[in-house]
Amino acid sequence: MKFWIPACLLLAAAAAAALLVKNEYFFFAGYTVLMFVVLATAWNILGGYAGYVNFGTPAFFGLGAYTAAVLFKAFALPLVLQILAAAVMSGLLGLVAGMLTLRLRGIFFAIATIALVVIMETLFINWRYAGGATGLQLLRPPPTAPFESYIKMLFVLMGAMAVGAVALARWVERSWIGRGLHAIRDSEEAAECSGVPTLRLKVFACVLSGALMGAAGAPMPMYLSFIEPASTFNLNYAIGALASPMIGGTTHYLGPVIGALLLSSLQQLVTVTVSSEMNVLIVGVLLVVFVVLAPEGIVGLWRKWTRRSST
Amino acid sequence: MDATLLNISSVSKHFGGFTALNDVSIAIARGERFGLIGPNGSGKTTLINCVAGSLRNDTGSIEFNGEEVSRLPAWQRTRRGIARSFQIPRPFASMTVLENLLVPLEYVAHRGPLHKADTRGEALALLQDIGLADKAGVLASRLSQVELRKMELARAMAARPRLLISDEAMAGLSSNEVTEVLGILFRLNARGITIIMIEHIMQAVMRFSQRVVCLDAGRIICEGTPEETVANGDVQRAYLGA
Repeated sequence: MKFWIPACLLLAAAAAAALLVKNEYFFFAGYTVLMFVVLATAWNILGGYAGYVNFGTPAFFGLGAYTAAVLFKAFALPLVLQILAAAVMSGLLGLVAGMLTLRLRGIFFAIATIALVVIMETLFINWRYAGGATGLQLLRPPPTAPFESYIKMLFVLMGAMAVGAVALARWVERSWIGRGLHAIRDSEEAAECSGVPTLRLKVFACVLSGALMGAAGAPMPMYLSFIEPASTFNLNYAIGALASPMIGGTTHYLGPVIGALLLSSLQQLVTVTVSSEMNVLIVGVLLVVFVVLAPEGIVGLWRKWTRRSST
Repeated sequence: MDATLLNISSVSKHFGGFTALNDVSIAIARGERFGLIGPNGSGKTTLINCVAGSLRNDTGSIEFNGEEVSRLPAWQRTRRGIARSFQIPRPFASMTVLENLLVPLEYVAHRGPLHKADTRGEALALLQDIGLADKAGVLASRLSQVELRKMELARAMAARPRLLISDEAMAGLSSNEVTEVLGILFRLNARGITIIMIEHIMQAVMRFSQRVVCLDAGRIICEGTPEETVANGDVQRAYLGA
């Protein structure tokens, strides 16, 4: 209840704002921020809880986006079904990639995930039906009532997905699965000898993480009315998904949320006020500052502070 | 019921061209206190890694409780009753001592998503038993060496093993601490747990073991009572290089 009441209130406030506020730009920017909340939360399930650093976010995200685009082009499938299908496809990618790569530890796994992005991008560059290298123009259907604009509808939808993703991460974190992933992060060998089926848990985390990333990517073609490989499989998604939990804190489900809200909002702000190139610099600087000064992120700082003031 | 709990037969293990274990056969009875000694690099840890599942033996078989286990992953062997401590302690460093014990409790003794056992109470009882109850809420990374060793034994016990493998649990401890850890191992054995002790501290092995096997360069060079082993010429040569 401590989670669901605030979450539902926030979601209701987002929906109310979408119906009442006229300016469309806020929702256009807010959608991106919320999308990064989903991506960061998804990344954290494998990268934070289990300690397996994944640079493959664009592969899962992009596969989700292309699944949605292709299904829309072929069958004009409704958005919710596109998202579900995208989650299934990216979850399957997580299953296959996980089985192949999660036997590798540390840096080798990270390298393998970069390869995954290159493979997926190459695949879609060469698929003519999905637009190939030039991309695919998509015509948005009219928005569903009560929303009068498609962007506002997507904003609320992404808000709901963010709540769902955080709820899932919270459940994982507090269950026996979370304890097992935590044990893997601390010592994989000791975990295995304590009865934890390490490979299965890692693959599970990879599937869940991948599915959520795919779902986060699914509305993207509708958001832009366009899809093409270079920007869809962009490594900036990997960096954003990784940097947010690092900044917010990887051990608590709120860490990636705080990190993504902070980082993406700042990026949106800088994109508008300074330049669109600056926002990549922001990520880099913040990441370095936090890794050096606060390796446990904002959640870690908060814990340290409350502990100090309580003693 | 068969009197043999663990039957290692003709086990060999190679790392590239290096032979770490060469045709090793050992049978360990239920309830036995078994000592495994040998100079550094003689294959002791490789052998128990093969038993516990961290490594797979190349040839030979390992039967535990009448079942061939040498192809099972480590976590399944733990669930069948093989628990171990590590030569270099491997705590879950960012968890508290109590949480360290919850891992095997949730994954072996009370596994399943719907299990509502009092795992915390059980973990605390285990810590009390081993003398670590006052450290339950402390992060494992803050423990002293002897506390880490005890916690590893408690964590191994939380998996409710039939066989406990103690891999140099006393290395680097003072003589008082060695006596303390030995006392714990004796108590566990009295409850019916079979124990394999790997140790360099000869007094500890001599006091504890009913039977000792000495490995050298991956082969068994001597098997017998502690007294026989120490008197054995090959063992003396292996250790002293005479």
